[in-house]
Amino acid sequence: MPEFEPKIVAFVCNWCTYAGADLTGTSRIKYSPNVKIIRFPCTGRIDFMLLLKAFANGADGIIVSGCHPNDCHYTSGNFHAKRRWIMFKELMDFMGIDMNRITFSWVSAAEGAKWAEVVNTTSARIKELGPYVSYKELVNRPIEEEVKNE
Amino acid sequence: METTHKLLRKESLEKLYNHLSEQRRIYAPVKTSDGKVEYRYNPDFPDVTFDHIRSTLSVKNLVFPKVENLLYYTSTKTETTVTEIDINKTKEVVLWGAHPCDTAAFDILRSIFCWDINDEFFLKRLEKLIVIGLGCKSSDEYCFCTSVGLSPVSSKGSDILLTPLKNGHFRADILTEKGKKIAASGIDLFENYSNDEILVTEVKQKFAHDQVTGKLATVFEHPFWVENSLRCIGCGACAYVCPTCACFDIQDETKGKNGRRYRSWDSCGFGLFTIHTSGHNPRSVQSQRWRQRLMHKFSYMPERNNSLGCVGCGRCSSGCPVDMNIAEQLETLQSI
Amino acid sequence: MNNLNVKARKLLETKVVGVVIGFETGPTGIVRPAFITDPSKADTLIYDEHCTQNLAVYLTKPEVKKLGKIGIVAPLQVMRGIMMLISEMQITADDIIVLGISSKGELLEISDISVMQGLIEKSELSNPLKDKELLDKLTSLSREERFKWWQNELSKCIKCYACRQACPLCYCTRCFVEVNQPQWIQVQSNTYGNMEWHILRAMHLAGRCISCGECGRACPVGIPCHLLTMYLADETFRYFGVRAGTSDKMKSVLSVYDPGDKENFII
Repeated sequence: MPEFEPKIVAFVCNWCTYAGADLTGTSRIKYSPNVKIIRFPCTGRIDFMLLLKAFANGADGIIVSGCHPNDCHYTSGNFHAKRRWIMFKELMDFMGIDMNRITFSWVSAAEGAKWAEVVNTTSARIKELGPYVSYKELVNRPIEEEVKNE
Repeated sequence: METTHKLLRKESLEKLYNHLSEQRRIYAPVKTSDGKVEYRYNPDFPDVTFDHIRSTLSVKNLVFPKVENLLYYTSTKTETTVTEIDINKTKEVVLWGAHPCDTAAFDILRSIFCWDINDEFFLKRLEKLIVIGLGCKSSDEYCFCTSVGLSPVSSKGSDILLTPLKNGHFRADILTEKGKKIAASGIDLFENYSNDEILVTEVKQKFAHDQVTGKLATVFEHPFWVENSLRCIGCGACAYVCPTCACFDIQDETKGKNGRRYRSWDSCGFGLFTIHTSGHNPRSVQSQRWRQRLMHKFSYMPERNNSLGCVGCGRCSSGCPVDMNIAEQLETLQSI
Repeated sequence: MNNLNVKARKLLETKVVGVVIGFETGPTGIVRPAFITDPSKADTLIYDEHCTQNLAVYLTKPEVKKLGKIGIVAPLQVMRGIMMLISEMQITADDIIVLGISSKGELLEISDISVMQGLIEKSELSNPLKDKELLDKLTSLSREERFKWWQNELSKCIKCYACRQACPLCYCTRCFVEVNQPQWIQVQSNTYGNMEWHILRAMHLAGRCISCGECGRACPVGIPCHLLTMYLADETFRYFGVRAGTSDKMKSVLSVYDPGDKENFII
């Protein structure tokens, strides 16, 4: 049985984390290949619905990463994002969605090594947690069964 | 078809239920933990309730489900393939314990879905439906079936109607070919009826529907509509719980190359129900939408479909968050 | 409730307001919102513990605004709703006359917004006890049990949007679900789509919910969706020390920021 390779989606900001990930590559630091990076101008742009859509489309884990507080390219985008994540995390946990599958981090453009570490620890954690079966089952429930389960 | 009354003993009820559910799904009412009544597929007989006045949602789900796939499609660069739904795969289902208001609704829905073209999805589901009606031994202040030409023992829409008797047994009327087939299917549970007294509630008539229909033709601009709709908040609760409301929305949902087209319930009470692509909205104010609801059911439908659009079940009024009580409003209207 | 009837009649007779929004008992005995435009009908207004609908929901409706200046019967949750609408610039203090009702059911003199603010600040602003208990019961379950519980509840949702319509703070003329470029939330009702809808609504109300519980009460199938919004109202207080609807100058929690926000999960 092939070993479970988690699918991880990373929502990163262009100016810090994306550049940091670039640095990881140019420094030839090896890191887990499970991550697909999606580039945003700023973490403040990341809508919480996108995280849910990522899970719905097959992601087993998510990384959300941006500039350190006070270093945001747009001054305050990451402060807004921080507040949003605080509320979102609480709501998700209350609804029973597994918050262990989401990693939030601040990774600057100079922190190539940190990016690798974030990805590797997340990947290892998701590998241990296994695929997000309960979510996928919920999403893929066929209509006929939905109507049947009145 | 002439019907002679038959007797179904209390003890035979479970036998009938189990016989019916042997080879078909059975949709029967159960009481939930928070005191509401819900229809569910295949509950065990001991959980089935015979005491309910109304369930929260109607049973139109059986013929007009809240969401129904219409077709599937796959798109490539050069062509799109459409796969039809095979409606012949629809399975038989028995509706157990539906009160006369709910059973009468199926005919009204048919008049809508087969108005100009025949809706195949609806018709196939109706064809595969067997209705075991249950007369009402209790009612409440929201019931008004007698104001819309029905009664707590109306046989309209039932294949077999069971009316409770004072002695605890049931009077059975086998009304249609489907009903006859059930009764003759080797179970021999229907005995001779000897005029035992029926236990049926009384539902006071609140208004005369033909008078209301006549009045509605003359009061389109009356201030009644604004005064009585100010508290309506414009949700879809009344339309969704109603056994005869049949408005639907059609949407396409695509993921990558594959998609499906489905239809789902919609409500004329929503603010954007009538919005045009230009942005113009002919029913932009709640009073216009409320007027539309009442006129559709009591004026336009009698005119065009030859049937009222309401069975007097009272679900809309009991489910409304702000007590938009349709019987109360029609009573007032009648006397304008 | 005599003082209220007298005051309402006077406001209508002297044409200070065009309509008084309050509560009445309908013919079947159910308490419901009432719109009094005729001074002689002012005696039908009542106030008791059954008056739960949040009347602030009518303040953003164009057909109500058309009636002129509005006198509104305002127990605590309506007062908070009015405060939120003023702080979010949906109405101005000059559009309304507030007929405040104390927790004991007495008419309060509210001459201007600062008086209302003072009254709100002195009141109990946390979630009602019954809901606190339900919330505690849910948070004591394990995460998987909670997920199953919410799935079970949300499978009942029929997407009638009664929750949205009953909420005084859901006043968007075009709701998120009514936008199809892109279609974020499915139109149909299915458990997953219903979950997305309720999550979205709760997040859009994060920091704005005034804990009136109307959304849960309005639901025809009995889903306690008010627990989601009330939970976030609690969390807003826990993290940021603010409660919605306590000041007409307050900015909503998610539209501002404080560099000093504390969290423990960002690495």
